Amino acid sequence: MSFFDQFFQVPSDLQNTWWGLVGWQLQLTLLPVLCGTLIALPIALLCRRFGWIYPPVLGVATVFYAIPSLAFFVFLIDVYGESDITVEIPLTVYSLVVLVPAIVDGMRSVSEDVRAAATAMGFGTLRRYFQVELPIAVPALIAGLRVATVSGVSLVSVGMLIGNEGALGNLLSDALNYHRPLLAWDAVLSIAVIGVLLDVLLVLARTLLTPWARKATAK
Amino acid sequence: MNLFGYAQQFFDAPGRWSGADGIPNRLLEHTQYSALALLIAMLIALPVGLITGHTGRGGNVLAVLATAARALPSFGLLVLLTLLMGLGMTPVMVPLVALAVPPILVTTYEAMRSVDPSLVDAAQGMGLPRWRVLCQVELPVALPLILSGIRSGAIQIVATATIAAYVSFGGLGRYIVDGLSQVDYAKVVGGAVLVAALALATLGVFWLLGRVLVSPGVRRGR
Repeated sequence: MSFFDQFFQVPSDLQNTWWGLVGWQLQLTLLPVLCGTLIALPIALLCRRFGWIYPPVLGVATVFYAIPSLAFFVFLIDVYGESDITVEIPLTVYSLVVLVPAIVDGMRSVSEDVRAAATAMGFGTLRRYFQVELPIAVPALIAGLRVATVSGVSLVSVGMLIGNEGALGNLLSDALNYHRPLLAWDAVLSIAVIGVLLDVLLVLARTLLTPWARKATAK
Repeated sequence: MNLFGYAQQFFDAPGRWSGADGIPNRLLEHTQYSALALLIAMLIALPVGLITGHTGRGGNVLAVLATAARALPSFGLLVLLTLLMGLGMTPVMVPLVALAVPPILVTTYEAMRSVDPSLVDAAQGMGLPRWRVLCQVELPVALPLILSGIRSGAIQIVATATIAAYVSFGGLGRYIVDGLSQVDYAKVVGGAVLVAALALATLGVFWLLGRVLVSPGVRRGR
């Protein structure tokens, strides 16, 4: 068997293929980031509308971010057992914690003139949020998404410790138990490459979503 | 039984508060690993961040390095290095340091960049040499942000130092790893509670450090 075949050969006890593990890894990473974004948008809107709730929200977020992933997984085993949900909920919370400040700070960078102009054109709070402030906050939102996504990809592997719920991370227990360094290389490299690829995709998305930024640099 | 029940069962167990597997010793080990890793990370990240931030060069290179380091799975790195080098402290330290360097490096750089240029100008106009501008003007002004970078690095190290237990070392991760393999859920929960508490305590320590170290003038201005 060639080296190449060996690299993509997943031990039979994991009952999965390499592509299956990659898909699982993507699902465990992206679903939480998506949920986190959907929850973060209304929270950020509220923080923007009622400025006084932002400091306490930031405080709660900092405390949640301090809860170690492994501890978080363990607490949830009690409720959801050793399942995908147990891994996805903490990752959702972490991405929420990164995204809310990113969006709020991004929206704060919208200048008072622009907001006043939107109001003068008859935009209501919601319409101004979605059509003016949110698009201008896109670079900050993407910066938050990059941190949440890339660290999410590598956090998923910790799920291995709670009953093989770590997708590509599951290769690591086999690597250690059967002393097969190649499996560890496989896990580390695959996870790092997925992380970097997702990061590149997000940067591309930012370029596509903010055509005005490109025009400004082209001048 | 609910989580509180499990936690109580763990903390009430006989012999829990003494000996090598007692809470005080595991807490000490965990703190030692974390402090060592944070120290190494600061020794690497702070000088590089301060100098690149001061000169304003190399920001893009730092951002790429930070993303690359963030994409490396700590747990995977630990297993890989253990397999390559054998059991030892280096395979534990490398992933922990790699975890803390990006936040410290990037925030230090950003903090130095965000110092009001007119302050630096004024200091230079008063004839301060370059190193005194760096140490007496830029550093104190940038300190709150720099501390926040070190704080997030420290919290991530404390949270992740549990993995040391997976390769035969001590620390609070011992309870989680042992508990999982002994199917002793109370032990797992107890370990998790302790790690979370230590992470929150770290948050508190950095809040205090901010009160003590940041100059009152800078604090008022924020």
